[in-house]
Amino acid sequence: MKNTTLSAIALGVGLLFTQTAAAIADEAPYPSTYQPIASSDVLLKGATVFDGLGNRLTSTDVYLVDGKISAIGQNLNVADGVQIIDATDRWVTPGIIDIHSHLGVYASPGVTAHSDGNEVTSPVTSEVSAEHGVWPHDPGFNRARAGGVTSMLILPGSANLFGGKGVVLKNVPSRTVQGMKFPNAPYALKMACGENPKRVYGQKGGPGSRMGNFSGYRKTWVKAVAYREKWDKYEADLAKAKPDDKKQPTAPTRDLQLETLVDVLKGDIRINMHCYRADEMAQVIDMSKEFGYKVTTFHHAIEAYKIADLLAENDTCSAMWADWGGFKMEAYDSVRENIPMVHNAGACAIVHSDSGVGIQRLYQEAAKALADGNKAGLNISKAQAWAWLSSNPAKALGIDDQTGSMQVGLNADIVVWSGDPFSIRSRPDLVFIDGAVLYDSSDPAKRAVSDFELGQPGEGDVK
Amino acid sequence: MRKFITVCLAFLLLQSPAIAETFAITGAKIVTNNGAIIKNGTIVFDDKKIITVGETASVTIPDTATKIDASGKWVTPGLFLPFSQVGMVEVAAESSTNDTRSSKSPFSAALLAADSFNPKSENVGITKIEGITRMAILPAASRTIYGGQGALVNTSGEFRSITSNTAFIYVQMGETGARIAGGSRSASWLWLRQSLLEAKAWRKGREPAEPLLNSADAFALQNALKKNLPFLVRINRASGLLALIDFKSKFGDLNVVAVGAKEAWMVADELAEAGITLIIDPHDNLPSGFEALGATMYNAVRLHKAGVKFAIANLGDGSFNARLMPQHAGNTLATGLDWNTAFAAITEVPAQIFGEGDNLGQLVPGMTADIVVWDGDPLEVMSSADMVFIDGQKQNMTSRQTRLRDRYLTLGDGNPLPFAYR
Repeated sequence: MKNTTLSAIALGVGLLFTQTAAAIADEAPYPSTYQPIASSDVLLKGATVFDGLGNRLTSTDVYLVDGKISAIGQNLNVADGVQIIDATDRWVTPGIIDIHSHLGVYASPGVTAHSDGNEVTSPVTSEVSAEHGVWPHDPGFNRARAGGVTSMLILPGSANLFGGKGVVLKNVPSRTVQGMKFPNAPYALKMACGENPKRVYGQKGGPGSRMGNFSGYRKTWVKAVAYREKWDKYEADLAKAKPDDKKQPTAPTRDLQLETLVDVLKGDIRINMHCYRADEMAQVIDMSKEFGYKVTTFHHAIEAYKIADLLAENDTCSAMWADWGGFKMEAYDSVRENIPMVHNAGACAIVHSDSGVGIQRLYQEAAKALADGNKAGLNISKAQAWAWLSSNPAKALGIDDQTGSMQVGLNADIVVWSGDPFSIRSRPDLVFIDGAVLYDSSDPAKRAVSDFELGQPGEGDVK
Repeated sequence: MRKFITVCLAFLLLQSPAIAETFAITGAKIVTNNGAIIKNGTIVFDDKKIITVGETASVTIPDTATKIDASGKWVTPGLFLPFSQVGMVEVAAESSTNDTRSSKSPFSAALLAADSFNPKSENVGITKIEGITRMAILPAASRTIYGGQGALVNTSGEFRSITSNTAFIYVQMGETGARIAGGSRSASWLWLRQSLLEAKAWRKGREPAEPLLNSADAFALQNALKKNLPFLVRINRASGLLALIDFKSKFGDLNVVAVGAKEAWMVADELAEAGITLIIDPHDNLPSGFEALGATMYNAVRLHKAGVKFAIANLGDGSFNARLMPQHAGNTLATGLDWNTAFAAITEVPAQIFGEGDNLGQLVPGMTADIVVWDGDPLEVMSSADMVFIDGQKQNMTSRQTRLRDRYLTLGDGNPLPFAYR
């Protein structure tokens, strides 16, 4: 019974997203101005394809038309004049989506002036948004693209209980952040468990313990629930009021901090919570039930393998590293098989980077995790593992109806690899975003150079 | 009685002397780092040395040897971390467990990494089972540009696993060194030159009136100069590397090794000419600071073409994930570096840097039997070590990580016992 109710709630949230996504984009300030870059149609011929949904297709053609995937199959016929790229002995996959990036908010070079990822002034800053901290000229975006990354969730850091909104970006060079914003993608809200908030605020008024962390979350959710009721009442009164009523209902004062949280309660913004320990994740899941929201993804989730069954039951994703650990106490119990063990339990597993270096080789993170899992006795295919890099993060971000898998009609966000991407000898040859080739390993003209690197040593170099 | 047996067992375990056993690993693809890869090879060794290595058909296996069939496997020398802090820290963020830095010590160059090394650290075990048998460990610089004296250790986890406690000196230059030395590169270079001049001339009872160094630091540097120990100098900018070349020649061809060297490719010919060996990280390709604007993954292949010798390390994490060194080396393959050079950079070259080239880094009769059996190409991310031998001793391949994994691998098997009993 309990399970049924839970999945019903989960389903409800999912439906809500698809119905309101467009509406949100229209109403929201700082709207996306992204426009796909002009592209010509192309046929990728004879490739090995990982479709991102668990399937491996051999000797397969992929036809890209008007920036979309138009056909996938063997020996496709295309119109005369369409460019044909020989992909024999090459692999074709959906572009990689990094659900945990600080590109732009902790940009290279890592000078103090570039530290825009944590609003370390209060443990509750749900009113801030990563999009207002992103520097689009971070050279890291270009490096990530050369590593096959076509979209990213840019998150605030984990100093605060409520760190602020995260924004989904397309990995395209742009003068403005709005020009990178993924159209119709829901925002994320970054929250953080454990050591970071209590370390940062322990001597600055708290929280000073995990107890304090939880009371901080809960007090804030109580306020959010009350704020929502206030607005609900106002909207109900407004609906009832007649134009000639003497006393018209007055709108409550807007509170940006609580507004974000109400959007979470409504299911319009997705909770992405930094959480390492299994026991803490379990308590957070209970807290989400206490206030009626859903934790979409736990980030880092070092101990997800200990509660993979619970995560599966609650339809919560885990975004993980292949092998990071040890840097703090809550990372002490890391195991190299975390990702495959979560996958094996039927829960949603995602490979994430949290690093401008790691984001360039997320496919190798997947490869390491896959090999370690299989050596421990699991039986997971490379094709299944590709879901950790594309369709699972797309689902968690609410953009799986647009990208993250090889399906007809989806955006042509695609990587052509020089060989099997699970081999260290392979690298991306071509990276398509909405059908446009934005990286070509053999063409220096298709190597974006950020404003920062212009005229500097290494400008336009292979990286 | 039971307690008594436990005590005896514990005593035996502690005392357990290296059991002299001869091994013969047969039928493997053997990388000796000395000539071509042997496609079907056999290697015979004991706890003292490698006895024979060659084509399986031509190797005589002693009757007493324990045979290990390694058909389809790779056999290589143990990997050598050229730059790490494994065993000096358990949990980086917990200062009580982190002995990598001594910011409040009056000493710097004299500090011994060996004093901070704990062979029982979890990090040592997780490093060993990835095929790494030797490590250079070092103290980070903090109060002065000198981190201190680096040590050489093996990863066996045995109490006596430090093989040299004064193997090299670590010096922090570049952006970080400049801040430490007083705020500029002018300050850090002057500090480096002046402190070495002072150390050279240091005599007990005739110390300078206003010394830069205390006597412990001065004697540590003097000892290093006398023995021609390597000075590992962390430095990235191309202009800084040229300054290092100049410094090396002015100090009597000082044995300097540049660490980081992100812009080294820009001065590759000069580095080759000066004979400076580097320790680089191919994953460094971001302009992480203004000293690294030329950073590229192609550093390694360009340096190789110019004739510069280099070792490879994960310079982003010297403790927990120092073990990722083979991945960092492997990624040079896609930039066009040849396999042998990439592999030598994590075996042979580190051994040479620390004066162990006659003893480690190759599979040659007479050398120490640090040997790894792999389930595939060790530079591939999907390969891993099946067996590790250090000093000819077969190593335990479990770690705290594998134990945690095994405890939870059967989640959902219906076992009613709490995990703490499994």
